[in-house]
This record gives sequence, C-alpha cells and structure tokens, in this order.
Amino acid sequence: MGKVGIIGVGQSTFVRTYPGSIRELVFEGFKEAMENTGITTKDIDATVVCSAPEYDKQRSPAGVIAEYLGLNPQPTFYAETLCSSSSTGVKLAYSLVKSGLHDVVMVIGFQIMSQLTSAESQERMGRGADIQWESPFGTMMPAYYALHAQAHMAKYGTTPEDLALIRVKAATYGQLNEKAVYRKAVALEQFTDPASPMGSPVSSPLRTGDCCANADGSSIVIVASEEKARALCKKPVWIKGIGAASAPVNMAGRDQLSGLAVARESARQAYAMAGITAADINVAEVHDCFTIAEMMAYENLGFAKPGEGKELIRAKETYKEGRIPVNVDGGLLSKGHPIGATGGSQIRTIVLQLRGEAGAIQVKDPAFGLVHNIGGVGLYGNVTIFGLD
Amino acid sequence: MAKQELDTRFAKFGTVSFASVTQVNDFIGHLEGGKLMGTRCKDCGKHFFPPRAHCYQSLSGNMEWFEVTGKGKLVSYSTLQYAPTGFTDDLPYTIALVDYGDYKVFGRIDRSVPVGELSVGMEMKAVVSKTSNDKLTYVFQKA
Repeated sequence: MGKVGIIGVGQSTFVRTYPGSIRELVFEGFKEAMENTGITTKDIDATVVCSAPEYDKQRSPAGVIAEYLGLNPQPTFYAETLCSSSSTGVKLAYSLVKSGLHDVVMVIGFQIMSQLTSAESQERMGRGADIQWESPFGTMMPAYYALHAQAHMAKYGTTPEDLALIRVKAATYGQLNEKAVYRKAVALEQFTDPASPMGSPVSSPLRTGDCCANADGSSIVIVASEEKARALCKKPVWIKGIGAASAPVNMAGRDQLSGLAVARESARQAYAMAGITAADINVAEVHDCFTIAEMMAYENLGFAKPGEGKELIRAKETYKEGRIPVNVDGGLLSKGHPIGATGGSQIRTIVLQLRGEAGAIQVKDPAFGLVHNIGGVGLYGNVTIFGLD
Repeated sequence: MAKQELDTRFAKFGTVSFASVTQVNDFIGHLEGGKLMGTRCKDCGKHFFPPRAHCYQSLSGNMEWFEVTGKGKLVSYSTLQYAPTGFTDDLPYTIALVDYGDYKVFGRIDRSVPVGELSVGMEMKAVVSKTSNDKLTYVFQKA
C-alpha cells in the first residue's frame, strides 16, 4: 500500500465574530487551500465536514457546505469529536484513501461560536462532558481543566507562574500570526497586575490569561493517495503516524487528573506507527485550550518526564529556538479556538513548517512534526505525526 | 389504554438537570431518603459511581445499591468565579473529585467549608443536601 499525504491546507482568519454564515466562513479557508494547491473541485473525490454541533442552528451541515463549495455530487458526511473533530476528520480521510475507496478527500473544519453568549457557550461546552452526572453541578471547560491544574500543582509543584509562562510564549508568536484573534504581547507581570484582566480568576487556579478565547473560524486539509499527491503537489507532506483514544467522560472514571490518558495512548500509537520517538519530533502543535493543557501535553507526549514540563517552559525549550518548539503559531491561546476548525489549523501550521513555508515562525529544517488535538476534557485524544518522506 | 407514566425523577437532581429519564432513577429516591448511593454488580462485584443500570463486564443488569459512606481523599478541586448559563446565582462555588478507593465521586464542596482550608489529599465525606433552588444534591464536607 502507498503512502497518504497532505497536498493542501488552508484556514480563515480566526475572529471573535465572523460577519457571515457557516458556508461563507468555510469558503475563506477553502479559497486559501484551493489557491495554494492549484487543483479544481473535480480533483476532490469526497469531503468530511467537522464541527461540534449546537453552536449554530444548521443541522447536518455537511450537505450545505458541500453544495456551497461546488462539491456536489461527491459524497460528504459529518464527523465530530468536539474540539478534535477535524483531526478525527483527517483520520477518516486517511482511512478512505488508504482503503483505495477515494484518491483525494477534503477535510473541512469550522465553527461559529459568536452567535451564543459566552455563558451559553460554556453551557454547550459543559454538555460535552457528562450531562447526567456532572453538568447539574455547574461544570464548564475551564473548571475541568482547573481540576487538572490543581492536581498537577499538588503532585509536581507546578506553579501559576509556570502556567503564565506558557501564555507569554503563546503571545510571543501570536503577534506574528495574521490569522490569530489575540495579537498583543503578554508580560508575566500582567498576571499579578490588578489592572490587567490576565490575572483575574476564572476557576482556581486558572485565570483569564490561562484560557483561550472562543472564536469563529474554518480550516481545510486535503488528503491524497501517494500517486495523486505526487501528481498534484510539488511538496506533499506525508502522514507518518495516527493515534486516537477515548477515556471515561466522567471525572470519577479517571485514574488521575495530572495528565490526560488519551494523549499518552494516542501518542504511543502514533510514535509506534511512525517508527520514531518523541526525541525525533522537530516541531509540535499541541492543544493549549488552557495553559495547563500545554503543560500536560509536554509530559504526555514524552517531550518531558511526568512533572518536568515546567522545566521545559522555564528554560524556554519550547520556544522556536529551543529543543522542541511547541505552538510557535501562537497556539489556541493566541489564535482562538473555533472548536471544529482547530485541528485543521494545527495541521496547517505543521504542514507549512515541513514545507519550509512558515515565514517568521519557521523552525530550521524540520523532518517530523506532531499535532496533539484533544476533544472535550481528555475525552477524545488525537495525535498525528507528519514527515517529509 | 392509558399512556404509561414515565419516571422522570432524575429532573430533581442538581441546580439545573439535563436528564430526567434513566433506569437508575432510584438514585433520586435514595437521595430523598438521605442516602447517597451507587450500584454494584452482583455478578462480578464491581462498584459504580455514578450508578449505572448495566455492568459491561458481566453484560447484565443484575445490580444492587450500595451507600457511599466513610471517608474519601480529595483528588482535586476548583472554585468557579464564572459560571455557565443557569448557575450564575450560585457563584462562587467549588467543584471537587473525591476518591473512595473502589470508586470516585464528583460533586461540590459544601459552602460551610472555607476554600482556604482545602488541600489535595485531605479526607472528605459526602452528605446529602439541597441546592440553592431547593433541588436534590450532595456535597463534600471535611471528614
């Protein structure tokens, strides 16, 4: 069986409020991917459309979007794993191509969150956890990750300042990303300055600066067979490893809260499939919906031993010039987090890095890049490894 | 023939309940009786909290209720200063996970416990209680 590659990527600018509908928002990422790839809609054999439901009124958005993009009569369907939906879409596209059923599959991720208030949005996200046994207590995503932060601090001595350092890094690169929502620098002192919103408590120990913002956005990843990839693309990037896992939805079902079991398990699978280890990864995009999520990712992916993630960020080893650059596009903390579009945006960054087209954030000659994309509070894990040969 | 009445007792659980019909609705009856209960599989002995109607190991619904009693250890906690729709009147409140060994229990810390006195690993106990809007719940207190 041949390899499976990525031949095109695109994303819309991520914004707090997109002045349009989901089909128009998706068109923006689609336009970038199509122009960048130089193919026509006739080259695309199928689409997988990914988002988290209930943020807009449209049910079964796959058909609506396929029509708007001129992708009828090709088959389309919807895939969802909350915040990791488009990584799941890429896994499905890989399977469709690898099976020989289709040659070129487009993965479309999108989310419009601005049509809801922030509190309504938190309620929707909370219902991505256990609605029967946890939501009645008034849970929300920041609170769940805060439980992990508290546990990590108690077990390993991680501090709020360590978490703030992750936001400072994110903002360093967010300033350079024209597609990011948050493009200002963040100084560590802002977390302790009462005049700055960064330090205001959200769910202890997490503060506003520890949390990414909701956003509206779309992303596109075009997956192709080896033959088609070589014919249609000058510099295809190959999918080397895919890992995916699930965990109990209820916190009561988790062994511990100082890491995410789904990330460890999907990383194990992806490294094994790629035949490499964490030390071989040259650049990574991790799911930093909260600063603690990036801290746990360092450890769960094997970039640091359990409890030693804080040493990585203190030594700036995850900066662009460091041992393992992580989220040098600003991450979710800067870009914003349009749930269904996030995984595709992470993959876009890694594909551009491997092609040497990442501009100001280009890491020197990477051979392997990794994407860590988590759905819910460690409910769904997806780790995908990309390489140049 | 009269339409069969659905047992919707679960709607009484929590500040805002998102489920009403479940096969473990006796959980609500037990709460009304002052007891926090989970289920145990009679075939394999596995404890479940939150309670379940079925055991995936034994592939059966042969379950019995057990009471959550004694002390557990505080796994983690967080105090919310911001809440989802429907919970803002409760702010601030503290959610927590408590480990009883054979099972864990997720819930809220009792308002009577000062947040500054909480620490991971401390012993807690679960007590049946009412929410601010007079619905059924349970809270954790210092053991």
